[in-house]
Amino acid sequence: MDLLIIYGIEVLNAIAVLIIMSLGLAVVFGMMKIVNMAHGEFMMLGGYSAILATNHLGVPIWIAMLVIAPLVVGVFGIVIERVIIRHLYGRMIDTMLATWGLSLALIGAATMVFGNTTLGISSPLPSVTVGSYSTSGYSLFTILFALCLVGALWLLLRYTTLGLCARATMQNARMAAALGTNPGKIYSLTFGLGAALSGLGGALLAPITGVIPTIGISFIAKAFITVIGGGSAIIAGTLSSSTLFGTISQLATYAWTPVFGAVALLLSAIVLLRLLPQGITGRFFRRSL
Amino acid sequence: MKLFSERVQIIVVALVVMLGALWLSGTLELYTLLSVTVFLVMGLLSLSLAFIWGYGGILCFGQAAFFGLGAYTYAICAINWGDSTWAVVLAVLLPTLFSLLLGYVIFYGGVSDVYLGAITLAVSLVLFNWVNSTAGSEYHIGQALLGGFNGIPSVPTLNMPFQPDAILSPEAIFMVTAGCLALCYVLLKFTLLSRFGKTVVAIRENEQRAGLLGYNVPAHKLATFAIGAAIAGLAGCLYVNWGAFVSPGVFSISQSAQIIIWVIVGGRGTLIGPVISCILLQWMVTRLGAQQTVDVNLVLGVILAVFVLLIPGGILPTLQRLWRRKRQPTVQAATPQVSEVKQ
Repeated sequence: MDLLIIYGIEVLNAIAVLIIMSLGLAVVFGMMKIVNMAHGEFMMLGGYSAILATNHLGVPIWIAMLVIAPLVVGVFGIVIERVIIRHLYGRMIDTMLATWGLSLALIGAATMVFGNTTLGISSPLPSVTVGSYSTSGYSLFTILFALCLVGALWLLLRYTTLGLCARATMQNARMAAALGTNPGKIYSLTFGLGAALSGLGGALLAPITGVIPTIGISFIAKAFITVIGGGSAIIAGTLSSSTLFGTISQLATYAWTPVFGAVALLLSAIVLLRLLPQGITGRFFRRSL
Repeated sequence: MKLFSERVQIIVVALVVMLGALWLSGTLELYTLLSVTVFLVMGLLSLSLAFIWGYGGILCFGQAAFFGLGAYTYAICAINWGDSTWAVVLAVLLPTLFSLLLGYVIFYGGVSDVYLGAITLAVSLVLFNWVNSTAGSEYHIGQALLGGFNGIPSVPTLNMPFQPDAILSPEAIFMVTAGCLALCYVLLKFTLLSRFGKTVVAIRENEQRAGLLGYNVPAHKLATFAIGAAIAGLAGCLYVNWGAFVSPGVFSISQSAQIIIWVIVGGRGTLIGPVISCILLQWMVTRLGAQQTVDVNLVLGVILAVFVLLIPGGILPTLQRLWRRKRQPTVQAATPQVSEVKQ
């Protein structure tokens, strides 16, 4: 029984990690139809911001992770949107290529600045015991935080003016512009929001994975698959595909090894895309956010 | 008549290149010869993506997957059998079969551009992670230890067909590589002149229209994809021969990115452009690798972003356009750039 609870927590944790990993990408993809290949590197920047703020500026770790990292990366994202992305709207493949270039450039720049060693940060919570087994308290926090994050994003998009304008622009940019919104501004802010979420994700995962300049590569494929498997509805898509892929990969990890967990994630994604080419929300939950 | 002369032109150019290569193999120092060999191997790899992306319109983000599969297949077979003949055949065959399987899911499932990029990229990453994790002694195929992130060292290099003792010299391997590059170039050019090639280009231009005209779109795309995979597999096999070594790096995301960069910089819709840009960029990367101040990834990333933003057509088509604008409607020479390949 205790073991089952631990297994359940680990499955939920795998799902939560996928949500945290892919929410930033999902916002940009769902709203702007842009696939940000530099998403993993935005996460890497978030991780570095949190670690540097904690280790060198003495900021408390929670503030560094939850405030500084998203702020830094969000501002960076807005700058990138103005400099690069702005010129490429409507050219989906070109945006992917340009952001891939950005991703390589960020890896290179980070290698030059931080070197090729892993910077770590200790997990800020003690472990939790269930009966005769124990699990890390941080994974419980991850689960809770992923839920809060999804809830907050839903509230933001559903009940604020910014969310309303963003959803209007997402559905029909010209019509929204005719009704008085400024699509350029909305796009900047949306991309900034996506970047901030990526930075937050990177900071949250930093205690688990450590940070090196190439860490983004290990995030991008999973995030990519999750978002695309979910389809273009941001919240319903991320939730449904994270749940599906997280469960499958965690079960495969129990059955074989973590590597087979990743393989199972990919295989299930390929099967899913074969059956539902538009992702889960292309067929189900179509009218959801 | 015109078509005939174009084919003859292509063959003549390829023969001239081969003669140039023969001359180079006699004059270059061994070290230079080895670096030129790997440039040509990468040129072959860029040719594979130049075909499927530039002409087939299939943006494969994971061309490195086929490259790496070819490399590992060759290494494992050559170690087990000691003879490279069937290893080379399998190194081309296995990536092709894999691409047929993967491509069947993609093209018959109606997976669109972005999703195709996602799947192919994820496939190469999974292969990377999987091969990386095979470090223990329990991971072996026959006598070949997979070696995880350390890779497989001391792979037997090419020998004369069915004569395991007649191992080819570096000069001979250089010639084989140049020959493969020239041969694949000629074959791809001929393919593009054929009915099949014209259909492939028509599908790139307007998939729906080609489909409505009665062409089997998924089958053509699948065939294009498989041709690209076969060439990439061959490139992988030659790559292992160059260093007698293979590591999971062949599957890495930076390998995939480099192939994309070669094609973007050289120009989509040409075959020779990506090969030239590949050789130039490889040369640049080698020079950059020798110093410690500027990171190679930074330079490559900036090049990719700048080209997408400012010169999306790539160097060769842009030059051709400028050239044509300068001297009005002259007949466009078929391959005036080939002379650069020899250098």
